[in-house]
Amino acid sequence: MISKEEVKHIAKLARLELTEEEIKKMQKDLTEILNYVDVLKTAGVKQRPALTKSQRRALPDSSNLRKDEAKPSNLASEIVTATPDKKDGFFKVKPIL
Amino acid sequence: MELTKLTIKQAHEGLTKKEFSSVDLAKAHLDKIKKIDKDLNAFLSVTEELALQQAQEADKRIKDGKATELTGIPCAIKDNILIAGQKCTAASKILENYVAPYDATVIQKLKEQGIVMLGKTNLDEFAMGSSTENSAFKITKNPRDLERVPGGSSGGSAAAVAANMACCALGSETNGSVRLPASFCGVVGLKPTYGAVSRYGLIAFGSSLDQVGPLTKSVYDAKVIFKILIGRDEMDATSTDYKFEDSDVSLKGLKIGVPREYFAKGINKDVEIIIRNSIKKAEDAGAKIVDISLPSTEYALAAYYIVATSEASANLARFDGIKYGLSVDGEDLLSVYLQSRSKGFGAEIKRRIMLGTFSLSSGYYDAYYKKAQETIRLIKDDFVNAFEKVDLIFAPVCPTPAFKIGEKTKDPLSMYLSDVLTSGSSLAGLPGLSLPVGKVDNLPVGLQIIGNHFQENKILAIAAHLEKN
Repeated sequence: MISKEEVKHIAKLARLELTEEEIKKMQKDLTEILNYVDVLKTAGVKQRPALTKSQRRALPDSSNLRKDEAKPSNLASEIVTATPDKKDGFFKVKPIL
Repeated sequence: MELTKLTIKQAHEGLTKKEFSSVDLAKAHLDKIKKIDKDLNAFLSVTEELALQQAQEADKRIKDGKATELTGIPCAIKDNILIAGQKCTAASKILENYVAPYDATVIQKLKEQGIVMLGKTNLDEFAMGSSTENSAFKITKNPRDLERVPGGSSGGSAAAVAANMACCALGSETNGSVRLPASFCGVVGLKPTYGAVSRYGLIAFGSSLDQVGPLTKSVYDAKVIFKILIGRDEMDATSTDYKFEDSDVSLKGLKIGVPREYFAKGINKDVEIIIRNSIKKAEDAGAKIVDISLPSTEYALAAYYIVATSEASANLARFDGIKYGLSVDGEDLLSVYLQSRSKGFGAEIKRRIMLGTFSLSSGYYDAYYKKAQETIRLIKDDFVNAFEKVDLIFAPVCPTPAFKIGEKTKDPLSMYLSDVLTSGSSLAGLPGLSLPVGKVDNLPVGLQIIGNHFQENKILAIAAHLEKN
């Protein structure tokens, strides 16, 4: 069983604020899911030979990356428009100091 | 002629023969939505103005003889795919009023074809779910039985096509989210090979798994859309330069693998009979049926939930009340983050963020995230071995037909089990299609056809042969 303290610790890491009721439900749900996931412990994971190129086909190929170069984009103003709090074309956030 | 019943192929013929216009076609579908969607809840927003404007442009293009097969075809779009200037909510309160600043690459590609966009369809919040009940706004109903779920997470898209409110639709899948609703609603759904279709402009859930795929009324229609969606996009480093070529493969001599683990206990007897019957039909048409084993199947769903939620916990960190959508004011920056996320995310999202954060956290990483990644290697190896012996794999999409609304919402794990038969191929990055092949009472059952990487052409060719029978 996942403890209440563990749930609170994970919630803090995840930047979530949970009510007492949510914490209780989360304890129960996470415990059930993790019990199910325990099946992975029985998976016989041993040293496997490296994947061949054809086996890797569905993985991203690093040679596939585009050149890192600056290009004009007209998106900035639209992106700022979609922001809840803005000023003079900038994101507005609370002071952090 | 009932315009809303047409497939893409039929509608295209009618448009080019000038039997009706694209505006007629769009209006017929918009009317149908107005008439029946209040009972189905497939759409989160209807983009009538955009649709009619696109339809007028399509009619002009048809008149000029510049039409493609998709010009003027009415299409619904899952509401986690961005259309510039339109709301995109991902069915989450945190994005309730978010207006997309740009087009997803798939949307840009469909616009170039002159497709008509009818609206944005409902989904489980951030595509996390198997029933479309996790939407923050409404519960979509299965058009074949209003007391049942359409499947998820692309439930709105599947329901819209099944109920003739759209000629075709785009969905997205991380594990089962195209195939499951296609199976439950009785339409064709294709989940492409990972890397076949650009993910740019698809709101991210599990980035190593997410793909956009079509939901359609026929196999041919799925192919028409798929061919347009694929290809290298410089905005998505995992997208691949992919040239689709039609396959002339037929059932005669085709080696079909039937994984015994996919018919294990828990499968609904009637579903099994329908799937076995389809396999028998393929055999009668000359296919060789091969009993295969995918021994790591029992680990697939567990590995999937660890990896997908881990990626989700990172992907959803961007929703902090600063850059997008909902922002709840607080006394300092941290309380803005905490309150915006706590008010903006639904229960399932919080559960998955928690599970993912837990799996990645210090002390648990090795036992969960790393272990899951190692297990995925075993699952991939199973499929590599299988495809040395067979051309395609046949299985059910889901062990059961559509379940009742509310039946699984109390128990998250029972809901997760709906995805047990799509997990392996999702983790292995393989393409899979759901083809309607029968019904249990009135509820459709989908045959799942899994192919090797980038062999959608074989899947589509064989599905088209089976569809005829």
